[in-house]
Amino acid sequence: MKVKVLSRNPDDYVRETKLDIQRVPRNYDPTLHPFEVTREYTRALNATKLERVFAKPFLASLDGHRDGVNCMAKHTKSLSTLLSGSCDGEVKVWNLTKHECVRTLQAHEGFVRGMVVRYCGASFFTVGDDKTIKQWKMEAMGYGEEEVPLNTILGKTVFTGLDHHQKDGVFATCGQQVDIWDEQRSSPIRSFTWGVDSFSCVRFNPVETELLGSCASDRSIVLYDMRESMPLKKVIMTMRSNTLCWNPMEAYYFTCSNEDYNLYTYDMRYLQRPVTVHMDHVSAVLDVDYSPTGKEFVSASFDKTVRIFLKDGGHSREVYHTKRMQHVICVKWSADSKYIMSGSDEMNIRLWKANAAEKLGVLAPRERQAANYSQKLKEKFQHHPQIRRIARHRHLPKNIYHQTKELRIMKEARSRKERNVRKHSKPGTIPVVSEKEKHVVTVVQ
Amino acid sequence: CCGHFWTYNRMTVGQFEELLLLPQHLKSEEEEYGCEDDRKRQKLLEAISALGGKRKKRLGERSEAAVQMSEFTVNAEGEGDKIDLSDLIGTMDKTPAISAKTKNRLRKLQKSKKTIECPLSKQETERIQRDVAFQKAATEVSRWDGIIKQNQRAEQLVFPVNQEPSGPKPMERVVTSWKAQTPLEQEIFALLSANKQPITDPILTPTETASLKAMSLEEAKIRRAELQKARALQSYYEAKARRERKIKSKKYHKVHNKDKRKVFLKQFDEMVKTDPAAALEELNKMELARMQERMSLKHQNSGKWAKSKAVMAKYDEGARKAMQQQLEVNKELTQKLITSLNNEEEEEGVDVEVMPDFVNDAEQGLDSSNPWMREEDTEKVEETEEEALLREFDSRRKLRQAQEADVVPSAAEELDASDKEAEELTEFTSLFRGIAEQAEAAADASPSDTKTQLDEGLMRIKTLEDVELLSQEESAPEIASVQPQPSPATENLPHATQQGGKNRKRKRGIELKEVLTKETKVIQVPLAPTVEDKEDSDENLDQRGLIKEAFAGDDVISDFLRDKRKQEDAGKPKVVDLTLPGWGEWGGMGLKVSRNKRRRFRIKTAPPPPRKDERLPSVIISERKNSSISLHQVNSLPFPFENHSQFESIICSPVGRTWNTERTVKRVTKPKVVTRLGAIIEPMAREELMRDKNHGSAGNAK
Repeated sequence: MKVKVLSRNPDDYVRETKLDIQRVPRNYDPTLHPFEVTREYTRALNATKLERVFAKPFLASLDGHRDGVNCMAKHTKSLSTLLSGSCDGEVKVWNLTKHECVRTLQAHEGFVRGMVVRYCGASFFTVGDDKTIKQWKMEAMGYGEEEVPLNTILGKTVFTGLDHHQKDGVFATCGQQVDIWDEQRSSPIRSFTWGVDSFSCVRFNPVETELLGSCASDRSIVLYDMRESMPLKKVIMTMRSNTLCWNPMEAYYFTCSNEDYNLYTYDMRYLQRPVTVHMDHVSAVLDVDYSPTGKEFVSASFDKTVRIFLKDGGHSREVYHTKRMQHVICVKWSADSKYIMSGSDEMNIRLWKANAAEKLGVLAPRERQAANYSQKLKEKFQHHPQIRRIARHRHLPKNIYHQTKELRIMKEARSRKERNVRKHSKPGTIPVVSEKEKHVVTVVQ
Repeated sequence: CCGHFWTYNRMTVGQFEELLLLPQHLKSEEEEYGCEDDRKRQKLLEAISALGGKRKKRLGERSEAAVQMSEFTVNAEGEGDKIDLSDLIGTMDKTPAISAKTKNRLRKLQKSKKTIECPLSKQETERIQRDVAFQKAATEVSRWDGIIKQNQRAEQLVFPVNQEPSGPKPMERVVTSWKAQTPLEQEIFALLSANKQPITDPILTPTETASLKAMSLEEAKIRRAELQKARALQSYYEAKARRERKIKSKKYHKVHNKDKRKVFLKQFDEMVKTDPAAALEELNKMELARMQERMSLKHQNSGKWAKSKAVMAKYDEGARKAMQQQLEVNKELTQKLITSLNNEEEEEGVDVEVMPDFVNDAEQGLDSSNPWMREEDTEKVEETEEEALLREFDSRRKLRQAQEADVVPSAAEELDASDKEAEELTEFTSLFRGIAEQAEAAADASPSDTKTQLDEGLMRIKTLEDVELLSQEESAPEIASVQPQPSPATENLPHATQQGGKNRKRKRGIELKEVLTKETKVIQVPLAPTVEDKEDSDENLDQRGLIKEAFAGDDVISDFLRDKRKQEDAGKPKVVDLTLPGWGEWGGMGLKVSRNKRRRFRIKTAPPPPRKDERLPSVIISERKNSSISLHQVNSLPFPFENHSQFESIICSPVGRTWNTERTVKRVTKPKVVTRLGAIIEPMAREELMRDKNHGSAGNAK
C-alpha cells in the first residue's frame, strides 16, 4: 500500500541567497480578497497625502546679478549650464549642479533683451538695448584676456528678441520688424513687416524648422515662413501677447502668454479660435516655455508665481512661489524635463523641480515600482472627493488668494449680467460666445 | 535704391530722380570709362534749370547695361509716339530664329482688339501671396498629424526619442580601426576566415544569413502558427470521436441516429433531384435491408434477450421500454417505403398481434413515447380541443348578444372613469417633474468648474498631521457645500412641509388614502377578441379601451402605496428580545421564561427620526442613504467615462501586486511618460516623419 504524505519542494520556498527577497506565495482568487477596493483606496489616500507632504519643489536660488534678470537661455548640449542676461547688460553663465556663476561678462549697455545658444553649443548670441547683436564664445576667456565678442552687428533699431534656427547658421531677431540673419553676413537676408508695429518675441518652430512665430505690440501674433517673402498669417487678439513658445513634439501647436492673465494654445492651421485657454494667473503672463516632452508647459507671471499647465488643461496643475520672489520675468524648462528655472525682478534665478514631490536621483528598481504603483493609484482614485481635495490643495500667498477670489467674483458677475441681458432681449439677438472665441478679434490673411 | 529712402523727405523730387538715375555701382563704372565730366556738366545744368522753378522734361539716356534701371527715366527718341505691335512684328519677319508658330501667334494677337485687364493692386497681390504661402505651410505641417495622434494615444512615451539600445554592442562598432597584429591573433583570424566565420559582423555566418533570408521570422511564425492550429484541430477531432464512441447511453445514440437519419433523408431527397441513379441505388439498399429484416427475426420478440426481457417486463419499466424500442426498430425497418394507408393499418394490426399483451397493459399513459398510446392520446386531445372551441364560441356568442344591449352606456362610463384617472395621473407626474426640475436647477447652479482647479488656500502642508488637519478642517465647508447638493430632496422638503403645515391647520395633514387611493375597480375584461368576432365588435373598442384592457391587472397606485408602507414598516423600531434561558432561573426542557425576566430583557430601540417623506404622499425617500459615506463617494460620472459600469469596472479591478501577478502589475502601472535622468530631450526631428512613413510604426511610442 502506498502511503500518501504531504511533501514540499524546498526549491519553492527557500531563497538561493540571503540577498534575495522572500518568496511570497499568493492566491489571486478574487473571492479570497473581498476588500481589495477599500484597501487600494486607503493606499491611494496615503499616497496622495505623502505626495503633498513631500512636495518641496524649491531647490536653489542663484544670486549674483546686480539687476533684474531679463532673459535666460538653455545650453543646447550641456544640462548643467544656464545663461542669463540682466537689465544692466550683464550676462552670466551658471553651473547649475554647483549653484555657482562660472563667468560674467558685460555684454551690452542697457538691457540684455534676448539671448540664445547656437545649436552646436559653441557660441551664443545676445541682443541689447544698444542696437547690437553680439556673438560670444561659450568657453571662458583665458586669465587676463578681455571679454571680446566673436562678432558684432550694429543694427538700425533696437532689437527686442532673438532666436536661433535648429540646424542651420541662421537666426532671427525682432524689433521694428522681424529679420532673418545669416551668421556670415552683416545685413539681414530677409526682413518681414506687416503694418507698423514693434515685436516683442520671435521664435523658430523646433520641428518644422523653417516656420516662425512672433508677437507684435498691436495685439497680434504673426506667423512666417523663412523661405517665403511674405508673412503667412496674423491673428489679432483682445490684448497683447508677450511671448510665444512652440510645442517641441507637436509641430503645429504653440502657446502664447497674454497680458489678459491667460495663456492660449493655438493650432497654427486654425487661428480663428485657440485650442485651449489656460487660466489661473492673476496678472499678466510674461513668459512661457514648453517641457521638452511636449506634454506640459510652464509660465511666469507678473503676479510673482510660476505655474505649470498640462498642454490641454484649462487650469494649472501646480503653482510655485516664494516669499522673496518678485515679478517673474523669464522661465525655462530644462532639457531633461526634470527642472524649471525662473528668473525674476529681484535679481535671482531660482531652480525648481518640475514634479514637486518627485524623488531625485537614481531610484532602486523596487523604489521605482513603488512610485509607479502609487502614481497609478492616485490616478485611479483621483475622482474620489477626499483624494481630489488633498491632491488639489496648494498654499498661496494672501494677496494672490484674495485676488483670485476677486477675479472669480468679477467673472461670475459678468457672466450673470450677460445671462440677464440675454434673458431680457429678443431671443437670438445676443449670441452665446464661448470663452475661446471671446479673445480673438480677427484673423488677417 | 531702397537704402536712400530715408532721405526722401529732405530732398526735392528732382534731386531724388537724379539719385535714382545714378546708383552707386553705375557711377563707379562710369568713372572707369572716363566720361564723367559730360555727365556732371549736364547734371549741373539740370539742377540749375530745376532751381528756376520750371520743370523741364529731361531726356534720359541709357548708355550701358545695368541690373537696376529705373523705368521712369528710360526715354526713347520717339517719345510720345505710340508704339504699335506691328512695329515690333515687322522686324520679326527678318529674323530667322523665330519659329513660324510664334509668328502666327503674334499675328493673331495683332488682330485681336481686346484690352488686357489691369493688374491687381499691391495689397491684393500680397494677400494672395500670403494665402498661398500659408496653405503651403499648413499642408506641410499637417504631415505630422499621424505621429501626433499616435503619440497622444500611446500608452507609454519614452524620451529621448532616439535612444541607443542599451546592452552589448557589436565589436566593430566600438572599435572601428582594429587589425590583427600579434601572430596569435593573425592565426585566429586566418582560421575564422577559412571557416567563413564573419569577422566584420560577428553575429551571423553567411549560411545563417542565407537561411534568414529564405524565411523571415514573421513568415516562420505564421507558418508555425498554421501548423499548430491544424494539429490542434486534428487532435480535437480525434478526441471527440473517441469520446463519442465510448458513450454508452442508448438515448444518446438513439437521438444521434435519428439525427443522422434525418440528414440522410434530406440528402436523399436532394439526390433524387440531382442524381437519380445514385438515389435508386440507395433505394435498393434500403429495400434490401427491409427484406433482410422481414426474413430474419432479428428485432422481433423471439430472441433470447427479448424473451428474458419479456419475463422481466411485467415488473421492470426499463425492460419494457427496451422491448418497445426494439419493436419500433422492427417496425421502421419492415415498413415499405411507399405504402398506402390500408397497408399500414394491416401492418399495425400484425404488429399488435406479434406483441405480447401485457406490454400494453401495464403502460397506462406512463410513457408518452409509446406510439400507440401517443396516437390515441393525440386523437383524444384533438377531440377535446375541438369540442372546447365549439363550446367557447357558443358561449361567447351568447355573451355578446347579451352585452350588445347595454354596450353604449357602459362604454361611456368607462371613458369618464379613465379620463379622471388620467387627470390624476398627470397631476402626479407634474409633481414629479417639478421636483426633478428643481433638482436640475440646483445642479446647474452648483459650480462644476471647480473640479479641475487647484484648491488654493492659505494653509501650508508640512507634515502628515497637517494633511489630517486639512481633511478635518476642510470637510466642514465641504459638508456645507455638499448639503445643497442633495437639494432635490432636502431643499424641496421644507417647502413641501410648509405646504403640509398650512394644510394641517385646516386638516391635520394629508391623508395618504385621501390623496391617492380610490377604489380599485374591478374592470370587466371582455374576452380576448378572436378572429371570428373581430368583424362586428371592433368598432366599439378604441385606443383607450385597448390600453386599459392591456394593463387591466396593474394597479400602480396601490402598488406604490404598498411599497411605501413596506419601507415605513422596515424603518420602524423593533423590539429586541435578549432573554437567555437559565440565567437567574431554572433551566431545562419545557420551562418557560418568567414574564418578569422577559420584560426586563426586551429592549425597545429608540424611534428613528421622522421620515423625510412623511408628508409627501407621492414620494418615497429612501432613508438608507448614508451621508457620512457619500462624502467619500464619487457623486457624478467623471469625464472620460461614458457610463457607470465602465467607471465601476475600472475602480473594481485592483492594480496592486497583492491581487495581480508580477507581470500584470508591471504592465498596468507602467508610467505614461518616461524620461531618463540627465539625458537631453531633443525636439521631434524630421527624420521621425520619414521613419514613420517607412515602416508605419510609432516614432517613439512603445
